[in-house]
Amino acid sequence: MKKILILIVFAVLSFTSCGEDLDDNFIPTTQTTFKFTHHWNDEIVTNADFNTLQYTNEHGELLSIERLRYVISDITFVSGNNTQLALDDYYLIDVTNNSGLNFSTQTEIPSGTYTVSFTFGLNNEDNSENYLNLNSASFNVPEMLGGGYHYMQFDGKFINSNSEEQGFNYHAIRAVDNPGANPTFPQDTFFTVNLGAITVTGNTEIEVKMNIAEWFKSPNLWDLNDFNQMLMPNSTAQIMMFQNGQSAFSLGEVAEIIDN
Amino acid sequence: MHLKRIYIRLIILLFLSCSKEDTAYEPTPQLLNIPQLFSDNIIPPIIPTNNPQTVEGIALGKKLFFDTILSSNGTQACASCHAPQNAFTDNTPTSDGIDGVFGTRNSMPLFNLAWNYGERFTWDGKELSLERQAEEPVQNPIELHSNWGNVVSILQMHPEYPELFRLAFKTSTITKELTTKAIAQFERTLISANSKFDRYSLGETSLTPQELNGLDIFLSEDKGDCFHCHGNPNNPLWTDNIFHNNGLDTTFADLGLGGVTGDPNDNGKFKSPSLRNLAYTAPYMHDGRFATLDDVINHYSEGLQNSSTIDPLMKQINQGGVQLSDEDKADLKAFLLTLSDPSFINNPDFQN
Repeated sequence: MKKILILIVFAVLSFTSCGEDLDDNFIPTTQTTFKFTHHWNDEIVTNADFNTLQYTNEHGELLSIERLRYVISDITFVSGNNTQLALDDYYLIDVTNNSGLNFSTQTEIPSGTYTVSFTFGLNNEDNSENYLNLNSASFNVPEMLGGGYHYMQFDGKFINSNSEEQGFNYHAIRAVDNPGANPTFPQDTFFTVNLGAITVTGNTEIEVKMNIAEWFKSPNLWDLNDFNQMLMPNSTAQIMMFQNGQSAFSLGEVAEIIDN
Repeated sequence: MHLKRIYIRLIILLFLSCSKEDTAYEPTPQLLNIPQLFSDNIIPPIIPTNNPQTVEGIALGKKLFFDTILSSNGTQACASCHAPQNAFTDNTPTSDGIDGVFGTRNSMPLFNLAWNYGERFTWDGKELSLERQAEEPVQNPIELHSNWGNVVSILQMHPEYPELFRLAFKTSTITKELTTKAIAQFERTLISANSKFDRYSLGETSLTPQELNGLDIFLSEDKGDCFHCHGNPNNPLWTDNIFHNNGLDTTFADLGLGGVTGDPNDNGKFKSPSLRNLAYTAPYMHDGRFATLDDVINHYSEGLQNSSTIDPLMKQINQGGVQLSDEDKADLKAFLLTLSDPSFINNPDFQN
């Protein structure tokens, strides 16, 4: 009986000592998950919707989507007191194969309210790195175009002005002129997507929506008859993609994930 | 007290006997010899956890690969259609099996298979692992035309194989699964990474101006634009290992991937083959329709056929393709040939 009493006292002490580790200033960290969804205006788009001529862009061309994959990087959380939590990471979001659409950040985020942003594509410094995942996915940009990686590969078909089906390759890269041994870069074409203020509590899932229609809409009304293929060495097209892409992403639902 | 000591000794003996089992025979692990260009640039190969590479497993797989015992009449082996001197493919458009009947597909070359991340093998992606792929030719009536029950029985009665299986898998009871595991282990060792272009990438040699111009054509979206499907100098596999309709036909006698998935959007799509070792792998395409590399280049330049599933990466289809000049074609061919690796086809580890 005496031994049992000692054990009970010891167990209580052990639990109490654990409790003392809790600090009044401790801010719990959370697992933050991003969920990328894709839309054509109000209509959800998944790879099940690919390969069918069913979307009409702002200029009026009927088109299909056959391949869509892109890179986002440098997710950043900025708190109210301007403390910045920059995650030096990158993700390949492959809608075609339904892979990479959901991912958790490798760093846990302390609970709080943040302005959240990410980079569409890769900034120039990151774009000069060697990424084994992206090489393995054959996402590279040839050296004579400056090297690095595609920001986005968006392929499909459209009905051209001769009423014929034709392919398009809306491939976003770093805009480049003078392809060859010494290419030049007229302007940066990666851009920051600001999702606005998000409160992170518990395990949070942040939905990011891409409206694919926006890539054809504004400020440049995209005519696929003029810009359809061989756009990588076309810096004018790249800058137009950069401009149109600014409105392609928006914040969707923010939800706390409850583990069952 | 005396009895207590006896009990303790018995218990110790029991443990000792257990530890003898722990030190029993184990096959010798054999890591894949990953080339520097691969480890520097692409993610690691896929080795199934239930079939690790071992010295004994690879040796058994090699013996099986070259052994005609896998065919019903003892006349053909895997190597009959996957010959080392042809980078493990055949030199005919399609291959004839043991009864002289020809199949409908070109024998695929075999190398760098462990880096097929999607793990869909064969032209139409039907086989979802190397192990499963190895089951097919044995029982295919126009290939080795045997059946696994017979093959396993013959192997089991063989004077050498039961012991070789014991060494590889710790059991002399032969099964279809262990047989295909061994073959897959050998196939994963077939690594090609010593072409002229590989040495150029490593800074060990230089390319001629013609070869460099060919590389430029390969990589230019407004010229060859080969790289979107066949990789680039940062991906030493020289294939994306996925499936495309590259404009061979307007209608499809062979549905390719569509015949596997049942999705009409996949009709006419076949796996992009690696461009390595083209010097040894003629004829080309899934049905071996092009006898020469010139024929292949001409196809992409002016021979494209339109169809509903043609890949949107195919360009200027109305004109038949990308319209390369004769000089560009010659340069492109010169570059492509730098991807061939004589040390691979002559590697003594890969010969019978």
